[in-house]
Amino acid sequence: MTLQDVFQSTLAILPLAVLVLWTTLLILVDLFIPSHRKWLTALLAALGMVVSLVLLLVGAGQEQAAFNGMVVVDGFAIFLQALFLISGLAAIALSYDYLIRMEIDRSEYYILLMFSIAGMMLMSMAADLIVVFLALELLSIPLYVLAGFARPRIGSEEAAMKYFLLGAFATGFVVYAVALVFGATTTTSLAGIVVAVDAGSANLTLLTVGAALLLVGLGFKVAAVPFHMWTPDVYEGSPSSVTAFMSVGAKAGGFAALLRVFVTAFPALSVDLTPILWVLSALTMILGNVVAISQRNIKRLLAYSSIAQAGYILMALVPYGQPQVSSNSVAAALFYLVAYAVTSFGAWSVVITLERAEGRGLDLENYAGLSRRYPLLAAAMTVFMLSFTGVPPTLGFVGKFYLFSTVIEGGFIGLALIGVFTSLVSAYYYLRVVVYMYMREGEPLATSGRWIYLTAGVAAVATVVLGIFSAPLFAWASQAVLQLF
Amino acid sequence: MNFLLQPLILVTFFPLVGVLVLLFLKPEQKTAARWVALTTSLVTFAISVAVLVQFNPADPALQMWVNIPWIQVAGWNISFSMGVDGLSILLLMLTTFLTPIAILSTWTAVEDRVKDFMVFFLLLEVGMVGVFLAQDLFLFYIFWEFTLVPMYFLIGIWGGPQRMYAAVKFFLYTMAGSILMLLAILWLGIYEGTFSVPALVAKGGIPADIQFWLFLAFAAAFAIKVPMWPLHSWLPDAHVEAPTAGSVILAGVLLKMGTYGFLRFNIPLFPQAAVQLAPWIAGLAVIGILYGAMVSYAQRDVKKLVAYSSVSHLGFVMLGLFALNSQGIQGGILQMVNHGLSTGALFLLVGMIYERRHTRDMDAFGGLWKVMPIYAVLTLIVALSSMGLPGLNGFVGEFTILLGAWDAGQAGGALTTYWFAALAAIGVILAAVYILFMFQKLFLGPVDKEENRSLRDINWREIAILVPLLVFIFWIGLYPDPFFRLMGPTVDKLVVAIQTAAVAMH
Repeated sequence: MTLQDVFQSTLAILPLAVLVLWTTLLILVDLFIPSHRKWLTALLAALGMVVSLVLLLVGAGQEQAAFNGMVVVDGFAIFLQALFLISGLAAIALSYDYLIRMEIDRSEYYILLMFSIAGMMLMSMAADLIVVFLALELLSIPLYVLAGFARPRIGSEEAAMKYFLLGAFATGFVVYAVALVFGATTTTSLAGIVVAVDAGSANLTLLTVGAALLLVGLGFKVAAVPFHMWTPDVYEGSPSSVTAFMSVGAKAGGFAALLRVFVTAFPALSVDLTPILWVLSALTMILGNVVAISQRNIKRLLAYSSIAQAGYILMALVPYGQPQVSSNSVAAALFYLVAYAVTSFGAWSVVITLERAEGRGLDLENYAGLSRRYPLLAAAMTVFMLSFTGVPPTLGFVGKFYLFSTVIEGGFIGLALIGVFTSLVSAYYYLRVVVYMYMREGEPLATSGRWIYLTAGVAAVATVVLGIFSAPLFAWASQAVLQLF
Repeated sequence: MNFLLQPLILVTFFPLVGVLVLLFLKPEQKTAARWVALTTSLVTFAISVAVLVQFNPADPALQMWVNIPWIQVAGWNISFSMGVDGLSILLLMLTTFLTPIAILSTWTAVEDRVKDFMVFFLLLEVGMVGVFLAQDLFLFYIFWEFTLVPMYFLIGIWGGPQRMYAAVKFFLYTMAGSILMLLAILWLGIYEGTFSVPALVAKGGIPADIQFWLFLAFAAAFAIKVPMWPLHSWLPDAHVEAPTAGSVILAGVLLKMGTYGFLRFNIPLFPQAAVQLAPWIAGLAVIGILYGAMVSYAQRDVKKLVAYSSVSHLGFVMLGLFALNSQGIQGGILQMVNHGLSTGALFLLVGMIYERRHTRDMDAFGGLWKVMPIYAVLTLIVALSSMGLPGLNGFVGEFTILLGAWDAGQAGGALTTYWFAALAAIGVILAAVYILFMFQKLFLGPVDKEENRSLRDINWREIAILVPLLVFIFWIGLYPDPFFRLMGPTVDKLVVAIQTAAVAMH
């Protein structure tokens, strides 16, 4: 690889390169920022992401591979990177006031956040299993630290520990999966795997086992049943702003890898893998939604809800072996990830507003009477709950509409039925939040924070407006996946 | 922005103007909120009258057609399309007519969070009008599901003691049906390539076995809404707990969305399945007629009695629609309007007495005729209309339905036996029993309860609410011709289409 190649490749991944460089410099710059001006760190972090986002959107052009085909910059990658960067901005907006209020405002927070986003961005570009692994570590390790950021609060430490142990365990699966795939095909490149399978030189049994193990490893990341056990505890224990980011970013990162690897490298294995994906998706939807019913803590409720949402997105992977369907279904998954991200950040911003020190303000009781004292906050939360349920005219409805349609197109009516009936179950617990806010009396206490309010407001408006005018976003998602096939 | 001035778009979305104004009011400005809502709904009614004037009854096709491309990417073919024809024009008018009446009825009944109440009420009107006008399945589904949200809040916030239970039950029950319809809609969109209702009807040719399943999926949504026996159990809860205005709209319009759905989607889209399943649906309808009437008779709560009577009345509508002939369907549509007027009026009357006595238990009343003569006379007229006395609206609808059902009972008719019509006719008698029983308990006999002696009769505002309803109760009863003429050509065209499909089956 000549210097020229390195230069060219770096240029191809310029948004990521700039973000990493910016973050590294920020570590140094932060040392010189006096402690009463730490808002500057947050601002610089946000600025770095904005710069990266601008570079990304300006440079969005045709497909190009870089670093000897280890990474590939295509529409899929650009779509997801934009999602990650905007999620990062939303996470900073949610965190700033919250960290000060919880007295855990240390500037490493933003730096860790940015490294994690860099990992996610890399994940979306990965064209080689080695890069998938690298990206997975880069996105996960900062999150382990962030989960424990509220130390010495015991819940936060427990969350970090649990997340780290199970995350490391999952990583082990991924490494083993990569090894098996390499053993089966003598390559780790996604394109190389297809070539080896087509040429008949691959050991298909070994490859299938490898793919299944990869599914296990990434299943941990996206919190699919039965690899979800860590989720409620980690979501509950972590600082809420971290949970908000984790529930969107880590999940989308995991799905970025799952979608790309399965669709580009493993279509030949779909006979064996589709039934497995079908069962995973069904179990995730059923368990997530049913267990959520009995939750009274809003963070745990949203944790189980996020498990359930992973099940819906997994539906998009089920028909991945049918080329004419799967381009639609991957587009539907991308669209749903956006819908999920917008709705989640909105819901978490309301949770953060009501949360008080030492984990108080998180019970459903604390939402009683919210509509009287904070009508706008209650209205926004209602929009998010309806969007999670999939009631029109919200983004969540359109997202489910596209997802279910691809499942039906793929001929999986049974899975679609499970999907809609679990949505019905979910209506019960999402509506319960609304019941508390509007139909019970209480004295809720919300703290003001303009960035948090802004996030909630923007998310609520986006949920409705993008729900009604979904065509441009869906067009972008459909366009983005074309190069995958 | 020209498309905003299309009459159908205007009539659907005008209430949003009122919502916007309401958002700028303070919660304390209760009277202002009421006036804004009333004015908005009256203007909406005026717009709908303009639609009616423009409407050409002789034309069976969809009129004032609006078609704006909406989601046309990646193979999707979804448009924002609206139209009105003989099947929907009367229901549109019923909706815009009942909404201001319902709002007026809340003038003193709703004191808490008036602004929020009015916002939800106007949002509900948008949803309801949209349901009757939408001609694209995606758009229809959005309006259909959207109506759940404001109604859920109306029941849950301003309802009776069990309101939260009733609101959630209402939401979950209705959603359970809708999601099956959603899958059927997706199936149509994917495999027929369009969501446009007229295009799907024109295209036809869905294989009979698939029609069967799609019919059932759509029917799940609509049958729960109607509600058809045995899916009715959400209705008494929702009605009893809902505030008066909510009950009026629930009975007057929301239930009609179910029957309208059968008429607009199930029958034209899946004619063969409709012919095949007609006797089954008619069977459930007749059970509903008799069951609703008998359970009504057993009630002590007046509101619950009226609620169960809806099950019975809507059974008549369903029987008429699935006679699948011109008389039956026309009678069915007219009966939808009749039920909206009579039952709407009954709920208003129950609400008025409830405001005075804070109870609806029949045993708490007696001899009200002497105390509240005007109220008693008006109630009598409405009650007689509801039980189908000749000369009032209910009779015309039920009689036409029974004629249609009898006709369909011949060999070769959709129902193949006279039993349906015969049993349904018993329902007319049972209606007289429970209605007159209620009237007797409330109004006749001595005034034997101390609390009832000082009840004041209804005031001018309350009379003004009821008079427009009474005008139509008499008008339809004495001279129903103009109403039939509005729907005739469209219904005839539909019947021809059904017959063609039936012939193709054999």
